[in-house]
Amino acid sequence: MTASEPLLRVRDLSVVFPARRGNPPVHAVDQVSFDIDQGQTLGLVGESGSGKTTTGRAILQLQPVAGGTVTLLGQDLSSMSRSEMRQMRRHIQFVQQNPYSSLHPRMTIGRALAEPLRVHHSVPAAKIDARVAELLDLVGMEKSVIQRYPHEFSGGQRQRIVIARALAVNPDFVVCDEPVSALDVRIQAQIVTLLDTLQDRLGLSYLFIAHDLAVVRRIAHRVAVMFGGQIVELGNADQVYDTPEHPYTRTLMDAVPIPNPAHQRERLARIPEVPQFRGREGMAGACLFGDDHAETGTATWHQLSDGHGVSCRFWPPDASPTHAMVKAPQRSAPSSSDGS
Amino acid sequence: MNAPLLQVEALTAQFTSRGQISQVVKGIAFEIDSGQSVGFVGESGCGKSVTARAVMRLAPESSSVQVGGSIRFDGTDLLTLQESAMREIRGRRIAMVFQDPMTSLNPVMTIGAQVDDMIGKHMALSRKNTRQRTVELLDLVGIRDPARRANDYPHQFSGGMRQRVLIAMAVSCEPDLLIADEPTTALDVTVQAQILRLLQRLRRELGMALMLITHDFGVIAGMVERVYVMYDGEIVESGGVDELFANPQHSYTRALLDAVPRIESAGRKS
Repeated sequence: MTASEPLLRVRDLSVVFPARRGNPPVHAVDQVSFDIDQGQTLGLVGESGSGKTTTGRAILQLQPVAGGTVTLLGQDLSSMSRSEMRQMRRHIQFVQQNPYSSLHPRMTIGRALAEPLRVHHSVPAAKIDARVAELLDLVGMEKSVIQRYPHEFSGGQRQRIVIARALAVNPDFVVCDEPVSALDVRIQAQIVTLLDTLQDRLGLSYLFIAHDLAVVRRIAHRVAVMFGGQIVELGNADQVYDTPEHPYTRTLMDAVPIPNPAHQRERLARIPEVPQFRGREGMAGACLFGDDHAETGTATWHQLSDGHGVSCRFWPPDASPTHAMVKAPQRSAPSSSDGS
Repeated sequence: MNAPLLQVEALTAQFTSRGQISQVVKGIAFEIDSGQSVGFVGESGCGKSVTARAVMRLAPESSSVQVGGSIRFDGTDLLTLQESAMREIRGRRIAMVFQDPMTSLNPVMTIGAQVDDMIGKHMALSRKNTRQRTVELLDLVGIRDPARRANDYPHQFSGGMRQRVLIAMAVSCEPDLLIADEPTTALDVTVQAQILRLLQRLRRELGMALMLITHDFGVIAGMVERVYVMYDGEIVESGGVDELFANPQHSYTRALLDAVPRIESAGRKS
């Protein structure tokens, strides 16, 4: 891996769930591309069914992939054998939403944290106890908890333990799928701060998957917005939050309730009471940025400025882009390395 | 001066489990005027849902809960009322919408039949008139092509559409008070906004009072006139919504408001 190469590179990743009971196959993830640099967080936002969790699982190779590549540390995960992939799992870890089901109820905290160390032989057996204590310290827990069981802890404490377990093998990259959405708001803030601190100390990269746009704004360097299995907008956090361009991104932003009564009443009054989003359109004819993708074979991705781009899919019929367009390089894929 | 629609005094609720008594509501008092919208906000376990269920006289499932104090609704003390008399009030004058639109509907009955049932419980209408009222209600809550959709089953409806159906059932008797317990928590943010708009419109059109229970300060901010902040079974702060958000007095309220992540303020780094 050269210095200029991102830690994680995802290109045209697609996942198709096969046809079932007369229903057509579902393109859950449809040609998703992005990069994540070392020490950076990409926030992946979208509503239920948008494909964000499936994207995370496909990157972790927990989900059969229909196409595309996932490259971590310069190595293509999608073409690896099972045993090679097992070796790579040391570098890539997973934190899930529900801290109640991610820990074995009959395993003490000490055993739960020691298990990945044994599996991956990442420290000599004699040093396991010391490493477990170190991990607990890292996530702000007393080392006396090793004798205790998961049910003795609150949701926030369990999520700390789950994070400690993910960090046991010194990963480079952690997929966090809704890591705080089951928690109360004060505990959420603590866990987000913890993830931030760990990133700064250990140089971790995160894919932070969440439906809560306000939480993502707090933690992400870059943000990708998913809709219908595709990324519809990708940019630096400030670009996407302050100057959202895709109408779906704007709809999403406008819908987030904010804790300011006068402001929130006004926002709510602007929301249409009945849904009005339409599905995917065909490729024929010029797109709203003036490209005829069917004819030229160009990607439907349009770069707006350095690091900020949108898809020309899923725009309402009467919508037009407001942003000054930068002509995209042909077949360019969204990338996180430019502009960040 | 008119008496409030709902007047709650010294309300307590305690659970007994394995001989252990735990007090989940510790003597709270509040009022809701006719047509007023009032919010209860707090973290999980603060007692806000139990308070709502106490007003409906619905004990949380599978528990021995004891409720004390007084709940006066339009001059009647609900806690001393016979169950038969309470049934006249519940559903007809006080109605409730719950969090989970996925489990609140019967999966093997059509949507229309379930709304018909609800209307049949409280009104003596012919079958034809009942269905007509059902279609009106589905239309009222923004379901397109309601006459046809009434013949669909719950699995053919999205989460947001199911919540609309449950709201239609709740408002079928034009209640004086609608209690909504985390009505949008299970929904996507765009759907949440639509359901909140719907609740606002129905409240205005039907002149209902609204008791909204939520953990979300953003939801509370846009929806209610008055806020009660609950912590550990007690009301720690209450006030007009603008005043309370601008100038929170209690340290707990301040801590909660500080913890709320904000979409409108700059992120950590770029």
